[in-house]
Amino acid sequence: MGNLLYCKDISLGWEGQTVVSGLNFNISEGDYLCILGENGSGKSTLIKALLGLNKPVSGMLIQPAGMKAGDIGYLPQQTAVQRDFPASVREIVMSGCLPRSGLRPFYTKEEKQLAESTMSRLGITDLAPRCYRELSGGQQQRVLLARALCAAQKVLLLDEPVTGLDPKAQLGLYELISGLNKNGVTIIMVSHDFAAATTYASHILHIGAHHQLFFGTTEDYLASDVGKMFSERTVSGDE
Amino acid sequence: MNEFAEKLQLYFSYPFVWYALIVGLLIALCSSLLGVTLVLKRFSYIGDGLSHVAFGAMAVAGLVGLTNDMYIVLPITVLSAVLLLRTGQNAKINGDAAIAMISVGALAVGYMLMNVFPSSANITGDVCTTLFGSTSILTLKETDVIVCIIMSIVVIAAFLLFYHKIFAVTFDENFMKAAGVKAGVYNLIIAIITALIIVLAMNLVGSLLISALIIFPALSAMRLFRSFRSVVICSACVSVFCAGTGIFTSIMAGTPVGSTIVVTDIAVFFIFCLLSLFGRRKAG
Repeated sequence: MGNLLYCKDISLGWEGQTVVSGLNFNISEGDYLCILGENGSGKSTLIKALLGLNKPVSGMLIQPAGMKAGDIGYLPQQTAVQRDFPASVREIVMSGCLPRSGLRPFYTKEEKQLAESTMSRLGITDLAPRCYRELSGGQQQRVLLARALCAAQKVLLLDEPVTGLDPKAQLGLYELISGLNKNGVTIIMVSHDFAAATTYASHILHIGAHHQLFFGTTEDYLASDVGKMFSERTVSGDE
Repeated sequence: MNEFAEKLQLYFSYPFVWYALIVGLLIALCSSLLGVTLVLKRFSYIGDGLSHVAFGAMAVAGLVGLTNDMYIVLPITVLSAVLLLRTGQNAKINGDAAIAMISVGALAVGYMLMNVFPSSANITGDVCTTLFGSTSILTLKETDVIVCIIMSIVVIAAFLLFYHKIFAVTFDENFMKAAGVKAGVYNLIIAIITALIIVLAMNLVGSLLISALIIFPALSAMRLFRSFRSVVICSACVSVFCAGTGIFTSIMAGTPVGSTIVVTDIAVFFIFCLLSLFGRRKAG
């Protein structure tokens, strides 16, 4: 299992202001890393850094395998624009092939096949001609997941993918992502959901207010003080 | 009926009627293509803002005494379009506030310049013509038509070449940026094409009604169709149909060209709304 990414004591910030500092973690191929943290703890800044859209203020972000922007498939949070966007599922999944097509104004046969096979892999082939805005939340996330997989097959970065889904759809999506991970896709997921994170993830990175609280395997996390504190809060229904 | 046909035949023996028809249909086609993107990007009002900028630029051109005001109007409008779509992203001043500011600002400055330095005796008439485009489409010269055809070809070619990119960047800019696509470049292209269309369309409907050409066909198409491609195709067809109908009606009934086209667009929009209501009831 090769290492994909080392973060050594990095600080991240916005317009000169440091949002979060002292992050130390690494990601290997085949990992399922869950990034936990409250709102405003710098999760979205970290996502931007991982995607290569934002340089760390200090510290080192090393990618031994030489990853560049575009090697990570990204599942962003939904925007208001998308909710009333007239687009078919096939059009959206195809757009995941766009980054690899460069300046070419059309899609090749291989790219169309990739889109079709990705849709069947995620079980949404029958949705292909449907309109995106008429789908349920869970179906929409599957479509965006298929698009991310068309863009990059090895690493996926998911930004709170279950937000706004009902419990059954949440479970379905978690199982689907877990299945992808078992097939060798490295998963990096940002989440609020403590219970699901500790159930599915192999590693946990917990960010508190402005600094790192924990990084390690899920078993170690559950045994740690931070982990215990949060599992008690979850059990008492506070989270 | 015979009388009607004779009247049409008479009108179509004049080249200016042909020019008006060609230019009208081309502009309608171009504006509807980008309309879908602009409506979805929440830039419905950019047409209005930019056309007022073009109005102000025309006043400046008249002041300097340029015979062909395109040399001033086009660069200024393109520049404003680029600035407006830029401010949409870094939010010191919101996109809609920026559009409103530039729009009313340019209108006021333009009208003031026209009044302080009148280039002809009939200022009110001039202003009215630029705002509502009432007659200028019927006074087109052959060179105007050629310029319009060339610019339309540029717009349509650019749209076809970048169709998939425009779709992807409109649907999800963040994803495309993360995947290494230069979303900023495509936004710039969208801005420039928009400015080109608006400068073109000022001749047809004038600067007050341009927004209608851009948004109505797109909104009508979005009532009925469910995929991006079908919406774009339908919006182009609706727009060309309305422009054609509008121009014929205005010739036969003697109504102003620009507003007749817009009224046709509005009528089609309501018909499509009704159709979508029936469709939904059937499906439900």
